[in-house]
Amino acid sequence: MNGVHDMGGMHGMGPMKYDPNEPVFHEPWEGRVWGFIRGLGPWTRGRFGASRFDLERLPPDFYLGASYYERWFGMLVNRLLRGGLITPEELASGKADRTRPAPTQLPAPARPLAAPGARVDNVPVRPAFKPGQRVRARNLNPEGHTRLPRYTRGKVGTVVRNNGAFALQDTDTNGIWLGGRAQPVYTIRFTAQELWGERSSSHDCVYVDLWEDYLERV
Amino acid sequence: MTKKSSDGVGRRGFLRRAAIGAAAFAPATAAAQRSTDTDQPRQASQVVPSDIALRVKALESLLVEKGMVNPADIDATIDLYEHKVGPRNGARVVARAWVDGAYKKRLLDPATATQAIADLGYSGGQGEHMVVVENTPQVHNLVVCTLCSCYPWPTLGLPPAWYKSSPYRSRAVIDPRGVLKEFGLELAADVEVRVWDSTAEIRYLVLPERPPGTESMTEADLARLVTRDSMVGVAKVKRSEGGRP
Repeated sequence: MNGVHDMGGMHGMGPMKYDPNEPVFHEPWEGRVWGFIRGLGPWTRGRFGASRFDLERLPPDFYLGASYYERWFGMLVNRLLRGGLITPEELASGKADRTRPAPTQLPAPARPLAAPGARVDNVPVRPAFKPGQRVRARNLNPEGHTRLPRYTRGKVGTVVRNNGAFALQDTDTNGIWLGGRAQPVYTIRFTAQELWGERSSSHDCVYVDLWEDYLERV
Repeated sequence: MTKKSSDGVGRRGFLRRAAIGAAAFAPATAAAQRSTDTDQPRQASQVVPSDIALRVKALESLLVEKGMVNPADIDATIDLYEHKVGPRNGARVVARAWVDGAYKKRLLDPATATQAIADLGYSGGQGEHMVVVENTPQVHNLVVCTLCSCYPWPTLGLPPAWYKSSPYRSRAVIDPRGVLKEFGLELAADVEVRVWDSTAEIRYLVLPERPPGTESMTEADLARLVTRDSMVGVAKVKRSEGGRP
């Protein structure tokens, strides 16, 4: 989706903020949220699609105003409510409603290839492109999750490396994985001038890892 | 670069503004409500937990009561990321590469990098497909994830706030030299800056330049010099500046 999460190249986000003595978790609640995320896998895996997509579709003003762990917390609460694992009343009171049936774990959906994003080593794949070849990032604007950043779309780059076959991570508009064939993920080198214009340094470049479906011949 | 004070006052103000919980459930109305909310200064206090802390606590009570999470498991997760997984791991990888040419060769070859890192004991989630890129006097590498906050956990731990921040994610690809300048690193115009945007499942680690004057140091002493920031590419390793993140 063309959301605010796809930030590469945006202006106006301000200067870098740097804390040389930053702790891993700034406040105890951040660690608790991280613990929920890591621990709730068996409960969320069979019910929900891509967690990155659920983060991306948080309301944009919330996304931009929230810290990293606030986003995860917001996303998690949304999911628990959406999946009927908790109710708004339970959330407000912090107490379980004993009249409701206990939540159950659901089996993860069967994957024809592998988990989204995972390497697929057991399927022979014939790569369409080879290192050194010039390719264009396709102008795709899916409404679901994609790993094709906006700033690369329509731009021409050079294949640097074939990283092997991976399962496509893209989802539909419900966050449900689209699946599809196992395909190479290529590292593509774009010059800064191709991406940002002739005023950029002629020495600089950006390397982006792109699935084969995101690319076309020049 | 704005240095944030460590007392967290600014952060508390920020947390109060960023309404979460109920606000996140009903996007359309919540957004409207929040924009008026944020204009109202709220009572500041040093002792009362923030709204978010209370909400997280309430959710934990609820999830524990439902048998969905175990507080001891959460404690263990926190302990893992606070004490066991972190940039000291990556620093050992870097120091080994500095003293062992054969190891460095394996580390810099994408076909063997993940195994070379695993040989030192660092593997697992967000480190399954590692690529290591080498800084030289002619080439400077910088790692970012513009779409989210992808980061090599087994070698660097969880990312710092600046890596996950909008300024870094938006600017690193379009203005890497400006970003580096704000980190205090000014590169000559003829140095090639390579920015690596972690858009798929490959995770990047920068092999920083070994600082001059460290020829007689041991591998363990070298590892102490290597900072997290140097392995993301926003700093160089200095001979005398160990102990920094």
